[in-house]
Amino acid sequence: MSIPKLPLAVDHIPDAKRHVYEQEPILSGRGLGIMFGRVVGLDGVDIDLYPGEVLAVIGDNGAGKSTLIKCLTGAYLPTSGEIYMEGRKVDFKRPQDAREAGIETVYQQLAVIPALDISSNLYLAREERRPGPLGSVLRMLDKKGMATRAGEAVTRLGIQTIQNMGQAVETLSGGQRQAVAVARAAAFGSKVVVLDEPTAALGVKESGMVLDMIKQLRDNGLGVILISHNMPHVWEAADRIHIQRLGGCAGVITPQSHDMGEGVAIMTGAKKLVAEAPA
Amino acid sequence: MTTSTSDAAAQFAGRQQSPVQRIQHLLHQFPWISPLLILLISFAVFTGLNPRFLTANSIGLLLQQTAIVAALAVGQTLVILTAGIDLSVGAIMVLSMMVMATLAKDGGMPGIIALIVGVALATGAGLLNGLLVTRINLPPFIVTLGTLSIFTAIALLYSGGSSIQESHLPGLINFLGDGFGIGKLRLTWGVILVVLMYAVVGFVLSQTAWGRYVYAVGDDPESARLSGVPSRRVLLQVYTVAGFIYGLAAWALIGRSGAATPNAIPDANLQSITAVVIGGTSLFGGRGRLIGTLIGAVIVQAFAFGLSLAGVNQQWRVLATGILVIVAVAIDQWIRKVKA
Repeated sequence: MSIPKLPLAVDHIPDAKRHVYEQEPILSGRGLGIMFGRVVGLDGVDIDLYPGEVLAVIGDNGAGKSTLIKCLTGAYLPTSGEIYMEGRKVDFKRPQDAREAGIETVYQQLAVIPALDISSNLYLAREERRPGPLGSVLRMLDKKGMATRAGEAVTRLGIQTIQNMGQAVETLSGGQRQAVAVARAAAFGSKVVVLDEPTAALGVKESGMVLDMIKQLRDNGLGVILISHNMPHVWEAADRIHIQRLGGCAGVITPQSHDMGEGVAIMTGAKKLVAEAPA
Repeated sequence: MTTSTSDAAAQFAGRQQSPVQRIQHLLHQFPWISPLLILLISFAVFTGLNPRFLTANSIGLLLQQTAIVAALAVGQTLVILTAGIDLSVGAIMVLSMMVMATLAKDGGMPGIIALIVGVALATGAGLLNGLLVTRINLPPFIVTLGTLSIFTAIALLYSGGSSIQESHLPGLINFLGDGFGIGKLRLTWGVILVVLMYAVVGFVLSQTAWGRYVYAVGDDPESARLSGVPSRRVLLQVYTVAGFIYGLAAWALIGRSGAATPNAIPDANLQSITAVVIGGTSLFGGRGRLIGTLIGAVIVQAFAFGLSLAGVNQQWRVLATGILVIVAVAIDQWIRKVKA
């Protein structure tokens, strides 16, 4: 069984990317709502994410960007609405459930442990043990194996400046730390990677590196959700842009259909998105 | 483009490494180096002052004197690695010891049962600390300051304030005071037990996932939780395991002192914290090695032993320990600022 797709801005998708939207959405939300006491956090939001696309979520402070993402990744329990993965209804009770379903989240605060080395951070809470009784009885970690695979994961993302997997994360620059967090998500997020403000604390060059990594995740066929305040970054990396406003979805645009000024106008309510005719 | 970037990075890294920074990096990676240096220097100095310091006989005695505080410091290290502190170590040990001895006194209960009850009680006391820290979210300092008084009072009330001599106790309860000789080096089973504790806990900390969780929870509990580490459960387990270790220390203390005394080692909590801090473990959590704690515990006893052999007033040891604690924390603050 599957749910009807949302008719979202597909007309403005370049032909080269059209095949992406002929697939089944990998992650969908329908009528997602949440209340914080008497405050409406989300007001019936619909969203579709396709494998192989970068879907940006933009919106003013308090528009419900992070809330929406937290509902989709199991950090919040929505009070109404449903979540579907590949057409099947799912029920995430905690972040671990979403993670096991193949959704990885890179949080704004990064969630890396400064004192631990890169390999330990990549494998934190999913350590691999040695084969045989050393692993099963003594529960010894396969440190070498994890370091090797961590190195491969980092190399796959084209991060040249990180060489030594035994280096403590606190000795890395902000961009490199971000790279470690993204590499962790990329290594374990088999279907969806969610990034919350991944470039907020970074310089120009480091931001470029992270945006390249995001595009690479997309090209590897993952669905990527990118939350950002940085409009140039959104317009550079996104395939489609979901605009949150006052807890609801004000519309979905593409970098081709609208320019940044129009996007910000819709985001702030200065302009209404004219409903597109379904394709 | 990419090659020039990494070349630039390599140049950058190379240019930054001054000798001082290299030392900082080395200490950052191996925080037990500075305590080990202090240990070696103090051994050299004390042997110079009195050659009897470095004899098998003296070393055996030094290890026996170190054993109890070293045992407590294993539990204290676990707690401090999670950015906590345990002021109730001595109180839990003494309570456990008095219960063990009172139950077994004059054949009242088989030694093995008394031992199990005593260790279980200490484990339960640790669990209580852990529950107060994780469920009610009280700061560990306050929780253990409270339980320090509570357990001390219970131990005194329970024992009526009187000691129990080893002649009234079964062999098993006294067992850790017995020992054997390798040549002139005399070791007690208590010393062997403490060495085993360091081996087992050291292995768990450095080689298992649970060990990594202890460091992660101590360094950044929120990030650890978001990464999927069961932070509260790990914290609860740390306090419980620490309690179990204090129970074993209680057993070793009866053997060591030949009696169960309700006011034994009154400053055990401070001594254990001193050993951990001198051993290079950070009071802010997430950094340190268990081997450092062992070195720290030996340093403090070596000062006491060496100065008394040299015929110097014991207050110099107290003074030197104080200086070492401050220097150790200052070094920790410095190496925490390490940058690539």
